[in-house]
Amino acid sequence: MKWSEIFTSSVGKKWVMGLTGIFLVLFLIVHVGLNACIWAMDNGEMFNRAAHFMGSNAVPRILEVGLFAGFLLHMIQGWMLEWQNRSKRKQGYAVSMGNQGSKWYSRSMGILGTLLFLFLVMHINHFWVPSRITGLDAVTIDGKQYHDLYREMLTVFQNNPLVVGLYTLGCISLFWHLLHGFQSAFRTLGVTNPRYLAFIENTGLVFSLVVCTAFALMPISMYMGWVK
Amino acid sequence: MEHYTMNLTLKIWRQQNTQTPGRFETYPVKNISSEMSFLEMIDVLNEQLIKEGKDPVAFDHDCREGICGMCSMYINGRPHGPWQKNTTCQLHMRAYQDGDTITVEPWRANAFPVIKDLMVDRSAFDRIIQAGGYISVNTGSAVDANAIAVEKDHADAAFAAAACIGCGACVAACKNSSAMLFVSAKVSHLALLPQGSPERKTRSMNMVAQMDKEGFGACTNTGACEAVCPKGISIENIARLNREYMMTGLSDD
Repeated sequence: MKWSEIFTSSVGKKWVMGLTGIFLVLFLIVHVGLNACIWAMDNGEMFNRAAHFMGSNAVPRILEVGLFAGFLLHMIQGWMLEWQNRSKRKQGYAVSMGNQGSKWYSRSMGILGTLLFLFLVMHINHFWVPSRITGLDAVTIDGKQYHDLYREMLTVFQNNPLVVGLYTLGCISLFWHLLHGFQSAFRTLGVTNPRYLAFIENTGLVFSLVVCTAFALMPISMYMGWVK
Repeated sequence: MEHYTMNLTLKIWRQQNTQTPGRFETYPVKNISSEMSFLEMIDVLNEQLIKEGKDPVAFDHDCREGICGMCSMYINGRPHGPWQKNTTCQLHMRAYQDGDTITVEPWRANAFPVIKDLMVDRSAFDRIIQAGGYISVNTGSAVDANAIAVEKDHADAAFAAAACIGCGACVAACKNSSAMLFVSAKVSHLALLPQGSPERKTRSMNMVAQMDKEGFGACTNTGACEAVCPKGISIENIARLNREYMMTGLSDD
């Protein structure tokens, strides 16, 4: 069988969703880890160095291309699947099954994903565009010039409750999206062993909680003035 | 349990044929015994309709003992009604109280077109089975039962998957109208046994291809299928099908 047939079958498409999903989960680990440097309480020095490494080293720059490709594939495939799946029942039910047997967030991956997409548009506009395209103020650390991405974060979050609120909403959407997506990806890839599935489900829960809480606390700590 | 009778209001989907749009009709039924099965209650309604010179409600049924997979009613927002691991024919009226309103709909999915009223065409499932849900054996005298060794765990898992009666409740419950629980049960029960091994690779490929062709959706692992399955088929089978399919797809020539 040809690859083109396999990856356009319903199972193949889900496989692409699962694989890109896990790739994006790995990205989240790097992202949350680096961003946590804002809590080093060193006026953003460690964070700016980390951001500089990500922006100047060849490996993260190449991975960045893969990251954009992964995001695009995950989003486009996700929307197409959502649309195709919804079209499989033209005449709907008068009485919906609701939460009997499935969780609301497992049925809402499309809408949660769309919220995350909207969040990403704002987020990329806030930080990626200035640091890569339009430029940022420089800061000198140990005689070397760095982009002051930390100052940019403070500018965006410090006096802007609306933006902080939107970021928190983004993190909440991410939590529910991950809570289903994390374990679902492994099922799609073919994990059947109940022992591993229990482990994966628990890991997914802890991962979603920790990562999303940490992300949400970043704008909140700048707004509240916990980091300055 | 104490016997009681009840008066009910039924809201039933009536549809003349596949082409004509359907609508809900409301029917009162009186003196329904708590000992009746749900289908017997529909029988009472139909006798009443025939006496009134009206068209009785068409619905699928056969064994009425929960093993044939013919009955297919979506009752108050749930395939096969409110009980767990149960078919419509084995749902008894003691699940309801006097004065209840019960909404009955057919399985709804493009792949299951309504033939009439509550009766849908599930021949898509037959075509999926024809695409690969079998093993090829030479006929003749039966092989000795112990000639092929089967590991007990695999035999049990295969048996659990083989319990699927092909009723289609999984499709009816799934937000994507996906038939993955059905297909995965059929693939699993053969893939887990040595007899299923010669055609293992082509089976998963052909059955998934037919499933897609019939117009069922993709699986998003919500678990609604497993929750309504009258035979308690586990969604672990879906993960097994995913593995079978992709391993074959990526490794085969």
